Amino acid sequence: MINKFIYLEWKAFSRSASFAKSLGFKILMGFVALYFILIFLALGVGSFYIMKKSNLDPLLAINKFLILYFAVDLTIRLLAQKIPVLNIKPLLLLRISKPTIVHFSLGKTMISFFNIIHFFLFIPFTIVLLIEGYDVISVLMWFMAIFSLIYINNFVNILLSNKDNLLGVFIAVVAIFAGLQYYNYFNITDYLAPVFNAFFDTKWAFAIPVVALLAIYYTSFKFLMSNLYLDAGLSSKTAVARTEQLTWLNQFGSTGTFLKNDIKLIIRNKRSKTTVGLSVLFLFYGLLFFTNTDMYNSAMKIFGGVFVSGGFLIAFGQYVPGWDSSYYQLLMTQNVSYKDYLKSKWSLMVIATIVSTILASFYLYFGWETYLIIVVGAIYNIGVNSQLVLLGGAFNKAPIDLSSSKGAFGDKKAFNVKTMIISIPQLGLPVFIYWLALKYASANTGLIIIAVLGVLGLLFKSKVFVLIEKIYKKEKYATIAAYKQTS
Amino acid sequence: MIHAQNLSKKYNNTTVLNIENLEIPKGQSLGLVGNNGAGKTTFFSLLLDLIQPTTGHITNKDIQVNNSEAWKSFTAAFIDESFLIGYLTPEEYFYFIGDLRGQNKADIDSLLAKYEEFFNGEILNNKKYLRDLSKGNQKKVGIIATLIGNPEVVILDEPFANLDPTTVNRLKNIIKELAENPEVTILVSSHDLQHTVEVCSRIVALNKGEVVKDIQTSPETLQELESFFAV
Repeated sequence: MINKFIYLEWKAFSRSASFAKSLGFKILMGFVALYFILIFLALGVGSFYIMKKSNLDPLLAINKFLILYFAVDLTIRLLAQKIPVLNIKPLLLLRISKPTIVHFSLGKTMISFFNIIHFFLFIPFTIVLLIEGYDVISVLMWFMAIFSLIYINNFVNILLSNKDNLLGVFIAVVAIFAGLQYYNYFNITDYLAPVFNAFFDTKWAFAIPVVALLAIYYTSFKFLMSNLYLDAGLSSKTAVARTEQLTWLNQFGSTGTFLKNDIKLIIRNKRSKTTVGLSVLFLFYGLLFFTNTDMYNSAMKIFGGVFVSGGFLIAFGQYVPGWDSSYYQLLMTQNVSYKDYLKSKWSLMVIATIVSTILASFYLYFGWETYLIIVVGAIYNIGVNSQLVLLGGAFNKAPIDLSSSKGAFGDKKAFNVKTMIISIPQLGLPVFIYWLALKYASANTGLIIIAVLGVLGLLFKSKVFVLIEKIYKKEKYATIAAYKQTS
Repeated sequence: MIHAQNLSKKYNNTTVLNIENLEIPKGQSLGLVGNNGAGKTTFFSLLLDLIQPTTGHITNKDIQVNNSEAWKSFTAAFIDESFLIGYLTPEEYFYFIGDLRGQNKADIDSLLAKYEEFFNGEILNNKKYLRDLSKGNQKKVGIIATLIGNPEVVILDEPFANLDPTTVNRLKNIIKELAENPEVTILVSSHDLQHTVEVCSRIVALNKGEVVKDIQTSPETLQELESFFAV
């Protein structure tokens, strides 16, 4: 039986849409994976000697941070690790007992990337401990405990995966403890480090996480078993529909019609909600650039400026027209022009950029010069980037599955050379201009040039739109065909 | 009204559609029948400029569909669920389509009131998004949405599939009523010979992309078609 499952899994993996895409993408993903593996390997081997150098007992030091490590791990899992329950459906009617199916699904989660990656850190670290003469049995027991904790996280994620609001609660708790720690009010690590030390020092302590792992495996097993029904765990949740009239948008004519639709699209779909959440994070991205004194005179400041106000533009805009991929054929047969359609998307991005700029006024705290950079970035976003993003979208043939929240962190399938080339001037050009200005003139000259570019872009908008429209029309059939394939 | 000339569509040298000449006069109700892969949906997709013809062209009211978009103002179609916007409620969807076709809310409300029986209480005011409706109910929404704004050409791909028997009969009445209007040209495709014969004044049978039968509906039509498709 198990080899049949493995056969299915292998087919599912090797034929998955993202994997079967392009060779270039596969190579890129391979490099990304290799990069992470190498970093973790280097950390695993190197951290021991680094800590030794700073006169710390590496084991004690790492034990201190383990609670943080596992908290972050669980957060990442809750965000990104998906439970493959839906694939179970076709198996239900076959001659396979339910426990086998559930054990298999649980087993499958155990070999996920989210678990394996940790071993690249902990196995080398454990080996170094052994080489450096730590007590063999104690080290192995400590490793067993860590191993169990990694998998406890794995199963906690499964048990929590169906409870949406818990993620927020969890992040809040982690943030509070991290904050308390940072400001030295309450060091949770001091209280929990002894627990991790005990796994090493006390001979039987490692049994606690191991038993806990078995218990949580059993709980997950029971949980999935009882949910193995079409109207329980295998059902897709249906939300109660709300109706928004948004009649105030009627005054914008057909642009308003689309704007209404876009607003509903954003608030009623998981994927778009994640994207908007992401663009709120971008709002704080500038802190990296503006608080760091090393960057005081760096051209990268304008990079931050463009990013702060352009979060939504970048996160949402780069997938236009993919957002409408599931009903693209409908739009293509309605009595509307591409111009109206694109104009509404453009308006949405401009509105979001203006709102972000207003929200970003807290950067005034770092001085008006800092805020000026953000305002200039916003002008550039409105004048130039909004149109570049739409232009790039014409070549973007990746449909978007609105119901899934995956992929909001850069869709693999949207990887496209043309789109990439078009996106270079989005951030590269202002940085380059600012850098030149810093070198040969003054920062303000750079800002003026960038702002002028933005204004020029706005002035030539209608001309550029004619061009963009032409490209969209040319790409129409290819786009329809691409959207049909997966939707 | 609609005229296809030398129309063909090839994918990698496989011809999926090849129509030398097909003319559909204004006011006609045309039924397109054929097995899977006969080219029915391909024909509709070409007519709606969703795919490009390999050779030839289609004109809709003398407008060549792949050159001008003017046909969009008087043509309405429902091909499949990809014509629905999943995250809207049925009402919002109708208003959205209405907005695009220059109809105000009152126009839509009166149209919906007319088809209340067809909806059978399962569509309106149900607090459900379109994506959460059953296949049959989604189809009801898509079909009625094509009637918004008094289109002159109505295209329905497999409208009878997935509908319950009562709704099928109600739909037949709706199509028949439309067919009586001399201003409206209707194109319906179906696997179901009987339904098609009942509502259409002309039947075109496709097989492997070619027109194999083109008959005005008469009492003998059903038998003729059945013997043609018999195994």
